[in-house]
Amino acid sequence: MHTIRVIPCLDVDRGRVVKGVRFSDLVDAGDPVELARRYDAEGADEIVFLDITASADDRRTMVAVASRVAEEVFIPFTVGGGIRSVEDARALLRAGADKVGINTAAVGRPRLVAELAAEFGVQCVVAAVDARASGPVVGTDRTRWEVCTHGGRTPTGLDAVAWAEQCASLGAGEILLTSMDRDGTRDGFDLELTRRVVDACPVPVIASGGVGTLRHLVEGATVGGADAVLAASIFHLGEYTLSEAKAELAAAGLIVRPASTGLDGEGSPDPLR
Amino acid sequence: MIAVLDYGIGNLRSAEKALQHLGADARLVDDPDGAMAADGVVLPGVGAFGPCARALRDSGLDAAVRGVVGAGVPFLGICVGFQLLYEGSEESPGTPGLGLLDGVVRKLPPGVKHPQMQWNRLDLVPPAEGRPGSGLFAGVADGSWVYFVHSFAPERTGSTSSSCDYGGPVTASAERGPLWGVQFHPEKSGAVGLAILANFVATTARWPS
Repeated sequence: MHTIRVIPCLDVDRGRVVKGVRFSDLVDAGDPVELARRYDAEGADEIVFLDITASADDRRTMVAVASRVAEEVFIPFTVGGGIRSVEDARALLRAGADKVGINTAAVGRPRLVAELAAEFGVQCVVAAVDARASGPVVGTDRTRWEVCTHGGRTPTGLDAVAWAEQCASLGAGEILLTSMDRDGTRDGFDLELTRRVVDACPVPVIASGGVGTLRHLVEGATVGGADAVLAASIFHLGEYTLSEAKAELAAAGLIVRPASTGLDGEGSPDPLR
Repeated sequence: MIAVLDYGIGNLRSAEKALQHLGADARLVDDPDGAMAADGVVLPGVGAFGPCARALRDSGLDAAVRGVVGAGVPFLGICVGFQLLYEGSEESPGTPGLGLLDGVVRKLPPGVKHPQMQWNRLDLVPPAEGRPGSGLFAGVADGSWVYFVHSFAPERTGSTSSSCDYGGPVTASAERGPLWGVQFHPEKSGAVGLAILANFVATTARWPS
């Protein structure tokens, strides 16, 4: 049985959740632990925290956030952003994060993926691949996507599909694939990109970037072939609930864990809460 | 006190925090005496079988595990901590497991992605005629959803108490008296997982009975 996961993503800056479009125009959107608890209660399958804090000093705040989340949220969560070393990852995992997402540091030093996998296991290592279309491959009409780092600002020249495949072979247990062209546009996932990466990688792929409607989530899983679909603004802004997202996926014939996740299958929340 | 065995492997906080959330006096324990003194013992584990088996042996906690299991102390192995209870694993040929449960750990079936990294439904094995029902799943409905992250799982044997469907039936748990093990992560399985851990906490409260 293959279950599609629905993953809300929270951007965190200096310990607070922020909302913005393409990493700009940020506004405060609340406490990460509170939002994570809400998404957990609503039926999120996992949660991704993306630490967009600029300075390394402030980034230590994320370790404290991870620790607080782990005390109150009992579904898997990933922390990505700013992780440069095995020691950075260790601090987050010891605080209670289940997985760490790495992007910029892995591009700079691919061996880091292998080191993290050897130290913590492949299930802890999420390769975050931010991709931007860079025009057709010369002499063909096939699109080429380029890996970007530093929050999408720095093009690297690396082919995104080949890089994702390399990350998986180095030991990433999962690929978090974000289309920088679609991120914040609400036009839907880059389905061609998603399908290319899914077909190239033997590990699960999370599609990210561009979700504006529930139909987009379905397309990510069906046309794109993604194992999980990630969205931010449609959930933050209260336009759609996790429950509605799950219902849309189920109506399309996909298998999802129902948003009501109680012991009787009818949605009793954590009895101790 | 519930001892969460700390043998230098991975993320142990999640299991400790989930047990504490349930009101249990759970602590990370890295010495054999501490493990032997506990009312219940949890053996977590992530990563590969071989490094976990070696780390457990190097820590000296392998003897404590044999001791507490032999004494009938409530015991819960989680993920690779569950796999270590078996005789060995295809993942790490030549590295023996604890051999406390019969059988070996095998690679997940072909034709599906490895690792299985998703929520999946539990197919509970009905108790045999005249046998008590599952303690692990008391109050937990057949078909409940739990979270899996693994590429290997123990083969199905007489002690298997649940499975999931992932390219075929895959062992999700085993029970033999007070010795319990789960391939999934109850500490990451929301309300269902907390109910399963609460069942374990309840058995430790009754020990020694």
